[in-house]
Amino acid sequence: MTLNAAITGVGMSDIGRKTGRPAMVHLAEAARRALECAGLTKEDIDGISTYPGKADNSPGMSPLGTGEVRNALGLKTRWHSAVPDGPSQMAPLMVAAMAVATGQARHVLCFRALTESSSQTATQRASIPGAGRARLGGWYSYLVPANAMSASNWAGWMATRYFHEFGMTREHLGMIATGQRAFAQHNPTAVMQSPLTMEDYLGARMISSPLGLFDCDVPIDGACVIIVSAADAAKDCARPPLAIEAMGAALGSQESWDQRADLTTMGAHDAAAEMWKRTEMRPADVDVLALYDGFSIFVPYWLEAFGFCGHGEAKDFIAEGNIGPGGRFPVNTGGGQLSGGRLHGFGLLHEACTQLWGQADGRQVEGAKTAVCGMGGGFIAGSMLLRRD
Amino acid sequence: MRPLPELTPENTAFWTGGAEGKLMIAFCADCRHAIHPPQLICPKCWSDKVESRAVPGTGTVYTYTVNHQPWAPGMAVPFALAVVDIDGAPGVRVTAEVVNADPESVAIGQTMKVVFLNIDDIWLPRWEPAQ
Ligand SMILES: [Zn+2]
Repeated sequence: MTLNAAITGVGMSDIGRKTGRPAMVHLAEAARRALECAGLTKEDIDGISTYPGKADNSPGMSPLGTGEVRNALGLKTRWHSAVPDGPSQMAPLMVAAMAVATGQARHVLCFRALTESSSQTATQRASIPGAGRARLGGWYSYLVPANAMSASNWAGWMATRYFHEFGMTREHLGMIATGQRAFAQHNPTAVMQSPLTMEDYLGARMISSPLGLFDCDVPIDGACVIIVSAADAAKDCARPPLAIEAMGAALGSQESWDQRADLTTMGAHDAAAEMWKRTEMRPADVDVLALYDGFSIFVPYWLEAFGFCGHGEAKDFIAEGNIGPGGRFPVNTGGGQLSGGRLHGFGLLHEACTQLWGQADGRQVEGAKTAVCGMGGGFIAGSMLLRRD
Repeated sequence: MRPLPELTPENTAFWTGGAEGKLMIAFCADCRHAIHPPQLICPKCWSDKVESRAVPGTGTVYTYTVNHQPWAPGMAVPFALAVVDIDGAPGVRVTAEVVNADPESVAIGQTMKVVFLNIDDIWLPRWEPAQ
C-alpha cells in the first residue's frame, strides 16, 4: 500500500574530513543540489524536518536546528519538525512523509548536517554521549560510568554474542568492509577510496573486539538533504518520483543497548517486521539495499531483520557474494558509511535514490526499480521501501 | 575523569549500595518483577511499590568486548566490558567493567562477582572473575 508521499530530490555537500567549513555552508550546498535534482526552487519548499535538531551532547553531532536553517536559507515553511527521540535517523523522513500525506506541506526539506570531524579534539570526542558533562542521566548513565563509552563497545558486545551463536568470523565482516570499499572506488564523493584488501582489514588495529578500525564508520563534515513531496506535487518534479511504498518503526524492547533479551537481534528486526506488514512486496522484489553501517556488524543484523536471509544465515549469505559488487542484493553501493563517511543514514538513502534514478555511474545496478533502506543500530530503527514506477 | 551518574530517587540504591558491599536491584513489591535500570513505577503492573533489595552480587557473562581505544584522556587500555546476567534478578543485565582479570580471558558463560569503586557519592559496581 503506497503512501501518498515520494522522494523527489537528493543532494549532498562536498563531504570530507577536517574541512573547517561551517555546517551551514555544507547544508546550503546540499540544499541547492537537492533542489536542482528535484527541479524545485526554494519558494516551493514549505516544510522542513531533521534529526535530531540542534544538539550539543556530542561534539559536531548536530550543529543545526530547523530554525537556523529556515533563517539562513530564507525558507517560509508551514510545517517543521526536529526529532531527537524517534525511530532513528529515519524519523525526520517518516515525519515528512506523514506531513505531506496529511496535507501539512507539499515539499519537505529533510536534512542531516554533521561537523564531527572538525569538532573532534583530544578531550572532546565525537560520539561519546554526555562528553564533558558533570553528571549523566538516561540510558547511557548505566554504560558510560562503567567505561562503556563508545557505541563501538556496545556494537562490539553484540558482535561477540552473534559470533558465539552463529560462527561468524572477522573474515565475514571483512567481506563487508572490503566489498563496500570496492563500491566506494567508483563513487567520487566517498571519503575513503584507496583499495582495501582483506589483509589490510585483518591487520588494522582493534577498536573494541571483535570490531577493528575498518568495522567502524568514518566521522566527517558534511550535509545531506532529501526532499519528500506529496504524491500529486511530485508529478511536477524533474525526475520520476520515488514512491514511498511502506515504512516501519518500533521500539519493541527497552531503550537500552544491554537489556534486549536476544542481542543477536536489535531494533531493526522490529522496524522491518512492521514495514513488511504494510506492503505486498517481499525481499525478493528489492534491487538495491541501503543498510545502516555505523559498524559493519549492523549489516548482517539488517539483512536478517529484512528477511534477505534467515537468523544466523548472514555469514553464508555474505560469503556467497550476494551483497558486494555484482551481487544479487547489493548493499551500500556508494561505499556506505564505512567508506563513504558518516552522514547518519542520509548518505545511504541518497545513494539508493541515485541508483533508482539510474545515475550511479560506474556502480549502477542495472534496471534498479526498488530499494529498501534501514537506519539505526541498537534499540532504535526505522525502515523505508522505495519504488520507482 | 570518569563521568558519573546523576543520583535520582529511583537509582540511588543501585549506585550507593556498594557502601555496604551490596548490589541493590529494584523489584516490584506487588508482582516481584525485577526492574533494571530502576524505575519508580513497575513497568509490568504499574504498581508504585518498587523497593530495592540486595542480590547475591554474582552473575554470568552473556557477552563481552575488549576495548582497545582510549576514548578519554588517561583511559588505560585494553580492558574488558561484559554484559552480565545477574543472579537473583531474572531478566536483569548490567554492563560490567571487568577488573582483576586478563581482558582476553573473559568468556561467555563465565561466573563473575561484584566489587565496588567509590568515587564521591557513587559506588560503581565493577566485576571480577568469581574464582
Ligand atoms: Zn509489578
